[in-house]
Amino acid sequence: MTEILLEVKDLRTSFFTDEGEVKAVNGVSFFVPAGKTLGIVGESGSGKSITALSILRLIQTPGKIIGGEILFEGQDLLKMNKNEIREIRGNKISMIFQEPMTSLNPVYTIGDQIGEVFRAHKRISKEEAKRRAIKMLQEVGIPSPERRVDQYPHELSGGMRQRVMIAIALACSPKLLIADEPTTALDVTIQAQILELIKDLQRKRDMSVIMISHDLGVIAETCDYVAVMYCGKVVEFSDVKTLFKAPKHPYTIGLLNSLPRHDIDMDELSAIPGSVPNPFEMPKGCAFAPRCPHAKEICHEKMPSLISINEYNQVRCLMHSEEWQSQNKGVPT
Amino acid sequence: MNQTLLEVENLKMYFPIKGGIFGRTVGYVKAVDDISFSVKEGETLSIVGESGCGKSTTGRAILRLEEPTSGKITFDGKNLLSLSKKELRKRRKDMQIIFQDPYASLNPRQTISRILEEAMAIQNIVPKKERRERALQLLETVGIAQYQADRYPHEFSGGQRQRIGIARALAVNPKLIICDEAVSALDVSIQAQILNLLKRLQRDFKLTYLFISHDLGVVRHVSDRIIVMYLGKIVEIGDKHSIFENPKHPYTTALLSAIPVPDPERVRERIVLTGDVPSPINPPTGCRFHTRCPFATDLCREKEPELRTIGDMKKGHQAACHYIDDLPKAKAI
Repeated sequence: MTEILLEVKDLRTSFFTDEGEVKAVNGVSFFVPAGKTLGIVGESGSGKSITALSILRLIQTPGKIIGGEILFEGQDLLKMNKNEIREIRGNKISMIFQEPMTSLNPVYTIGDQIGEVFRAHKRISKEEAKRRAIKMLQEVGIPSPERRVDQYPHELSGGMRQRVMIAIALACSPKLLIADEPTTALDVTIQAQILELIKDLQRKRDMSVIMISHDLGVIAETCDYVAVMYCGKVVEFSDVKTLFKAPKHPYTIGLLNSLPRHDIDMDELSAIPGSVPNPFEMPKGCAFAPRCPHAKEICHEKMPSLISINEYNQVRCLMHSEEWQSQNKGVPT
Repeated sequence: MNQTLLEVENLKMYFPIKGGIFGRTVGYVKAVDDISFSVKEGETLSIVGESGCGKSTTGRAILRLEEPTSGKITFDGKNLLSLSKKELRKRRKDMQIIFQDPYASLNPRQTISRILEEAMAIQNIVPKKERRERALQLLETVGIAQYQADRYPHEFSGGQRQRIGIARALAVNPKLIICDEAVSALDVSIQAQILNLLKRLQRDFKLTYLFISHDLGVVRHVSDRIIVMYLGKIVEIGDKHSIFENPKHPYTTALLSAIPVPDPERVRERIVLTGDVPSPINPPTGCRFHTRCPFATDLCREKEPELRTIGDMKKGHQAACHYIDDLPKAKAI
């Protein structure tokens, strides 16, 4: 078995609002093997970004991590004090976001912003920081980095800004990069460039990546393993090939079927009926049951646990439990 | 066969750039620069391209939401650009638009029934007494239960709001609906529902769609014909099979190859374009794509290519490239 860099066990993050508690992340478990890419896919509100923010402990009030373990190189990030977690952030685990312009400071040059990371984690002079910043810009494929290093974020295009974000994130050679929808705001031709860049840097640096996306195409092309999230829970965990060839959870199947195909003409897409349940009125049983074509009475009452099919494949669906299969003779697909 | 419903000839849309102390016009953003096309009754014509290519501006110019710089737009036999404001408003009854963000385009202080009734009142097509009845019918048509008619937009989910936007467009019995990124903000499972709805409405009400989108998967699903735009120009136009299976312009090929495909086992050649889209303020001379085109020559830098058809291209399929006959055969995706 491959070495595991990060393991999340039964993570729970809730938001305590005036209207009540929203269990944004409700018992999420997964692992990230060293040097590999884990994809987290799900629709808006499924809790994928909150999971990522929880790993770096960046949840702000009224949100709170209320349970679970996040083991990074054997240490529980949730048990660390403020100084210890600061040593991890940006140094061993770093993150890039969807909208680079809101993550970059408009009043500092990009050289300053990359240099800041070095100066926060390594004792080096300003000049040395700038030299390293130029080297980073070169590594992320920004032309004429000596000139660019003194420019401000607004002078760069969207794709270039995302490259700068990547340069900042990778400045201290982290073991894990969390990319939260890194290409969603970009055009397809620029998206292709950025995804290539992330893959290329991952190979060169042998780091792990958590790729968060709602785009199944991006997931298929960049990930080794995938966690599918729905309503704050992982409903399926799988290696990428199995997920796309033989999806198991009805939600995953529904998602794949609702994509327009590139190769055949279809008159109608098979959409998943209904919409995501209101977070204040979560169904008692399986959260997907109200939209599931196979749901039986028991699905509305009992929340299924994550059932392991083999080492790398897990699914949270009663259809894959032994009792269902003995009663109903197999799994409908 | 079908008659031409909309004809756009030599449409230009330049936005002035004001500068200097007297606010003189110092230049122009050539958002749409001399494009011509026609839309037949009952078909779906899509415009695809990256941000800044002029696709949304084209849609807005047709409705005269922005006043075009020059050109001719003939709708149903009448030249729209010669109409007075009053006449234009009447004509708009036949041409409706659905926007990307349904929340921003619905008045938050009106119930959805009021929103629909207002559309009918402005065009005065339904007697006052019958408006409520028709509003309820329309909601039913787009899949919203009648008991929800007196709710406000914030009480609905994104997908439902888009349904309301569609109902409002339908309220005046239009012939043409311009869908400007109408499904881009929606999650895939909801996107599939809306696409199915749009298709059904097209059949039931004999609608013509001008579908503006950056998502090539969606475009392939909905369109009969496709226009590919780059920096304010049409680079290729044709029926969807020609565009997807026999793309001729190098930009179309690159764009198609950049779409992430949800199949991890598919190996294909990706043409990753270098650089960004140039500024439309001073677009490149000659072929506007030459700065990013892997095949560009001196001719491309000097002379602007015209749209044309060669040997193995179907009727109506045109591309604007000097070298369509001897470029390496692009692989269909």
